[in-house]
Amino acid sequence: MAAHDFTLAELCISACAEVWRDDGEVLATGITLIPRLAAGLAKLSFNPALMMTDAEVYLVEEPVAVGPRAAAAIRPEGWMSYARTFDNIYGGKRHALVVPVQIDRFGQTNISTIGERGRPKAALLGVRGYPGNSINHPNSYFLPSHDPRALVAGEVDFVCSVGYNPARWPDGKQPPWLDLRRIVTNLAVLDFEGAGHAVRVRSLHPGVTVDEVQAATGFPLERPAEIPTTPAPTAEQLQLIRETLDPRGLRATVFKGDPPGVRSAS
Amino acid sequence: MLDKRLDLDAFVDRLSDGMTLGVGGWATRRKPMALIRAIARSGLKDLTLVAPYGGPDVGLLAACGKIRKLVFAFVSLDHLPLDPHFRAARQAGAFEVRELDEGLAQWSLRAGAMRLPFLPTRVGLGTDVPAEAGMKTIRSPYDDGELLLAAPAIRLDAALIHVHRADQLGNTLILSPDPFFDDLIARAADQVFVSTEQLVATAELGLPANARFNPFERSVVTGVIEAPFGAHPTGATPDYGIDVEHLKAYAAATEPQAWADYRTRFVEADPQAYLEAVGGPARLSAIPAPVY
Repeated sequence: MAAHDFTLAELCISACAEVWRDDGEVLATGITLIPRLAAGLAKLSFNPALMMTDAEVYLVEEPVAVGPRAAAAIRPEGWMSYARTFDNIYGGKRHALVVPVQIDRFGQTNISTIGERGRPKAALLGVRGYPGNSINHPNSYFLPSHDPRALVAGEVDFVCSVGYNPARWPDGKQPPWLDLRRIVTNLAVLDFEGAGHAVRVRSLHPGVTVDEVQAATGFPLERPAEIPTTPAPTAEQLQLIRETLDPRGLRATVFKGDPPGVRSAS
Repeated sequence: MLDKRLDLDAFVDRLSDGMTLGVGGWATRRKPMALIRAIARSGLKDLTLVAPYGGPDVGLLAACGKIRKLVFAFVSLDHLPLDPHFRAARQAGAFEVRELDEGLAQWSLRAGAMRLPFLPTRVGLGTDVPAEAGMKTIRSPYDDGELLLAAPAIRLDAALIHVHRADQLGNTLILSPDPFFDDLIARAADQVFVSTEQLVATAELGLPANARFNPFERSVVTGVIEAPFGAHPTGATPDYGIDVEHLKAYAAATEPQAWADYRTRFVEADPQAYLEAVGGPARLSAIPAPVY
């Protein structure tokens, strides 16, 4: 692949990294491969103040490359135990980018159960820390498969994280630190900057049309008259992704066939 | 002198049907699996399991039909994101569930540990968690007047914790880099049973250098059970890592015959037979640190 070409995975990593651009000194938590690589890319390319962990218990000076490594490859700068993680969350100095199974037009997400609650069609992880994250600090979401099963009509099957749904807010008032930022998918970048925090198309990945994105979404999207194309990763970012953050190329496994980032007209 | 030592049979004898048991550790790290297996082998039934940060402890007891009610925030095998035994039981409606946020569980355990009825929090508001669990709100009595969730206290009949070192008085050390919320789980319980990698003399605990690894004072501890490799197949770093290979075998044993074989070989076995079945101390000690 030529240096100026990039894959869809690499495009998603750079689009995800953007969520932390203006955050300053907060804990960047990226769960699963693309978000984790994106957090590292954000720290190395434009927000060096970001804090991140080794995905276990230490804060590290530099992002830890994914894949097998020597323990010595980690350079700790501090301790982020489980208890301290919650202390950090309650203070709001964190921005998480996580991968829910479902998301709805309010930005409410689900990773607990699909289907009827008592005898679910699929029991997933459980709500984990989603409720606390969503009401305490900024959150963004990555959805590797943009379709109506992931971006659902109505509400998600079990609301694990709070969203812009006044009917569920205490006293009908927006929780003071509720702050949903972006949804990055394999087709587009969405945000919550529509009227009343409606989900809006922020940018389209190269070669993707807004009609296609709407057709793959279970709820209506706000569509500005002019929608930019998702910026390509820079040459420097591609080098960081390929040589520093993911030298073993694990990102090639995220999307079937590891497609290019610029989709050719079919 | 105080002597809190118990063997596994004496530990099981302290428990009874219908009890609420809390489990320490986190997913695949430092779970008191020797104690969990002893419960799985026993006649105990109708347990309420409070395993907020669940791993194979939940799946194993679910597959053995021990759980009447599960209180949890997640169940994961970490490197294998989902535990198939937990999933199968959950999907079949095999037990009642009370699903909590991780931090909400921390708060409820802290309330229990502090002998308070609840602690206020925002965590859970705006989601489906509070209503399903029957939680109530409370209004701040101060000028802000904010409506908050009253996280109800969790009290436990017994807590099960795995540590690295303990003496017979119940002084303990958790040497791994993260103690998780074992201290809260212990303090929320009426009885606390601690399995330990090594039972040592008090002088061998290495205090005061190890003072920060001492999770709670000995009065918290009811019983101490020596259980070398007692967290296996979860890890107990720095003594040994997570046995991902064994967890894969556990997760693959889903068909009735495969599960029966697994159960015979690894659950019905006494600790010595278990240790041999999983490859012996030399193999377990050589397991490399996990990669995240």
